[in-house]
Amino acid sequence: MFTRRISRLIAATAAVAVAALSASCSDDDSDALHVYSGRHYGIEKAFEQFTKDTGIKVVFLTGNDGELRERIAAEGEETKADAYITVDAGNLAAAAAQGLFQPIDSSVLAQAIPAELSDPDGLWYGLTVRVRTIVYNTDLLAAEDVPATYEELAEPTWKGRVCMRNSTSVYQQSLVASLIAAHGEEEALRIVKGWAGNAEIFATDELILDALADGLCEVGVTNHYYLARRYDENPNFPVGLVWANQDDRGAHVNVSGGGVTKHSRHPEEAQRFLEWLATDGQKVLIGDNHELPANPAIEPDQVLVDRFGVDFLADPLDAATIGSLNADAVRLMDEAGYE
Amino acid sequence: MLTPATRGRRGSTAPWTSAAVVVAALVVVPVALLTASVLSPSTEVWAQQWRTRLPGQLVDTAVLLAGSVLGAVVLGAGLAWLVSAYDFPGRRWLSWMLVLPLAMPGYILGFLTVATFGRTGSVQDQWRAWFGRDAWFPDFESTMGAIVTFSLVLYPYVFLLARAALRDQAAGAYQAARVLGAGPAEAARRVVLPMVRPAIAAGGAIVAMETLTDFATVQYFGVDTVSVGVFRIWRGTYDRDAAGELATLVLAFALLAIGFERVARGRARFAQSGGAGAGFDRRRLRGMRAAAATAACGLVVSVAFAAPVAQLAWWAIDEQTGPRGTPLTDEYTSYLRHSAQLVAICVVVCVAVAVLVANAQRFGSPRLTRWSSRAIAVGYAVPGPVVGIGVLLFTVGLDSLLERIGLDLPGVLATGSMVVLVYAYVVRFLGPGFGSVESGMTQVPDEVTASARVLGAGPLRTMWRVHLPLARSSLLTAAVLVAVDALKELPIVLLLRPFGFDTLPVWVYNLASESRYRQAALPALSIVAVAVVPVVLLSRRLDRRPT
Repeated sequence: MFTRRISRLIAATAAVAVAALSASCSDDDSDALHVYSGRHYGIEKAFEQFTKDTGIKVVFLTGNDGELRERIAAEGEETKADAYITVDAGNLAAAAAQGLFQPIDSSVLAQAIPAELSDPDGLWYGLTVRVRTIVYNTDLLAAEDVPATYEELAEPTWKGRVCMRNSTSVYQQSLVASLIAAHGEEEALRIVKGWAGNAEIFATDELILDALADGLCEVGVTNHYYLARRYDENPNFPVGLVWANQDDRGAHVNVSGGGVTKHSRHPEEAQRFLEWLATDGQKVLIGDNHELPANPAIEPDQVLVDRFGVDFLADPLDAATIGSLNADAVRLMDEAGYE
Repeated sequence: MLTPATRGRRGSTAPWTSAAVVVAALVVVPVALLTASVLSPSTEVWAQQWRTRLPGQLVDTAVLLAGSVLGAVVLGAGLAWLVSAYDFPGRRWLSWMLVLPLAMPGYILGFLTVATFGRTGSVQDQWRAWFGRDAWFPDFESTMGAIVTFSLVLYPYVFLLARAALRDQAAGAYQAARVLGAGPAEAARRVVLPMVRPAIAAGGAIVAMETLTDFATVQYFGVDTVSVGVFRIWRGTYDRDAAGELATLVLAFALLAIGFERVARGRARFAQSGGAGAGFDRRRLRGMRAAAATAACGLVVSVAFAAPVAQLAWWAIDEQTGPRGTPLTDEYTSYLRHSAQLVAICVVVCVAVAVLVANAQRFGSPRLTRWSSRAIAVGYAVPGPVVGIGVLLFTVGLDSLLERIGLDLPGVLATGSMVVLVYAYVVRFLGPGFGSVESGMTQVPDEVTASARVLGAGPLRTMWRVHLPLARSSLLTAAVLVAVDALKELPIVLLLRPFGFDTLPVWVYNLASESRYRQAALPALSIVAVAVVPVVLLSRRLDRRPT
């Protein structure tokens, strides 16, 4: 009795298994453009629009940046990926260093994307810009009392009044990389030690904004678009923003971007895809995420213009250098005892 | 032990032995590929880590491990004893609802805990409003918060195994001890506890593995474990070798935990004779004691399951009906379907392989099969991404090797094939499945196997007609343990899945990685809903009196 029931169960499950295997093994999309993306939110809409505009079909795979990179590297010549899209210069630089990209020679991209937001050899191009800057509780601090620089946040007067992001975050790593570039290792270590002594550490930027709104701290550092999103939900959200380091090197900017993979089977379509994202596709790529377009010819969205003002000085440090200093930044935070 | 005579009567031991060895090799090789770099260590990285974070990570890992196992064992074994030995209002319902937290992924409860009780959570907001900004409140974003969370989501492993052991094995002995004049406490301590000890130890070992290999939940609590260190090194400094080396430390902790389990389990082996146990003659609690028992069970169910589900549901409804809510699309059903397909395939393959190896222990060379059966737990003792990348490197290498010798299998071993994805899942989750099947097999006395063989049944027939029916409830337990783990799994599916094959956890990840937590409530709720199905099936099945 038992064995008959088990046999039936096994037969049924095996049938499901075979159906699933055969359904997922057939890849009839070999003509389509294959994109690996470490950027998730709203990316589907950009792909749909691209297909509508150009007639090129896109299939995509989202995932974690590091894992996707390992996958492209392991797949080697067999890879299906034509383009790799990801967030943060560190990830882009790592992929370039691993030899996963091929150089693109495109006048469209060269014209659309400023040089400091791209790889010098044309291996990858920045597509959107995120600014990591200083935010503050508007009830507890007057605008003129807000610290003007990242360095000031390390001073003893701010002890216990600052909220910052943990060192596991690639955003925090990039920010520290920019400190190393600006001041050298020794001075950067001193600053990060100061932060470690002053700051409450949080696991996400969203939690930092919550903590600011609750008055747990007076000032913090987050990416600008998290705050813009809060204004969508609540225009009176009690947190404001200042662009950091306006009197010296400018606010720290980072990119999300992409490149054409070395072993792409559709390199022309992949290049066209990047060109489209850098021009006509900028708005739909950004969606309601409030990043800044990397292409200066595209208007930033209205919330940013109205609430933050978009005429600010950006740290001219190129994204490729930020990426190459990422590993040093991680080690430096370890040395500084920054959580 | 079987004598050589019965062993060799029909069919030789060689196929069984080699099957077990091949399975073990297939599990060990991918993990070894990544951790083998420890043989040529990156001394610079180690020196730097040792000077900075590593000592703290070792302490955090040890404290978290000890605390979570202790918490889960006390909750799991205590509640199992309560619902097995006593009767109180609501006992029947509560005894299966107590298994439900198994369906709650740790990373979801972790996030909800921080969002509710953390520094910026609603509870502390209210607290500060009442008692002022500097009022003291327990720090939930700490190792203690992580221990509480792990204890709450992982105690059902101990509860399930302990309850089954209590019913099947210990009940009769307890009654006998009482008849012979022992008081309830003495009978529990001297007779019941030794008999359920192996089950508690096995449950504790599962809790230990889940805690050790986690790197998502702990980050919400700011706990810096060795697993977190592996990811910081790998994703932050892009040094895969150093990350792989650090992963061997996780493995070392796991070996320690397994060694501890062997000691805790002792040399005890309790073969059951004469059918399944009849269960306890439950003592009826009255008055305050009954109320306290009901309240204790109810509290655990609410905190670990009901309240988090309610919070998720509230967010999900709020998001779907709000102005920014997105209507459900066909994608939702495809996520669900993919998750269900993947889990079904993994369960069948894992349980089948586990049965094969467990039977090889009876029919094959004792020494080789014993080593093989220990080795197959290794995938469960390292973090998911380590398994994923190991499998990726191994299958890509194997594929090109086969191609070179002229054996072309187009698409089968390529990354992004279902075969490779399922393989990685089996490497990762064979451990818990096998543990359960193996403990079921210990309830089949060697004499029964020997009798079947003497009566002329071959090994296959003995397995099919004798072992499987006798160990059937352990097969079901194995299936559910694998199903629940596979359903919650994220890093492997993220790394190895085919194009377009998105599952529910992938959906949660896509939203959560952009900090869109409230939008992630609906997919998170869906994971819990799907996981509840096998959990309830198992729980009700174990409740039913065996015929």
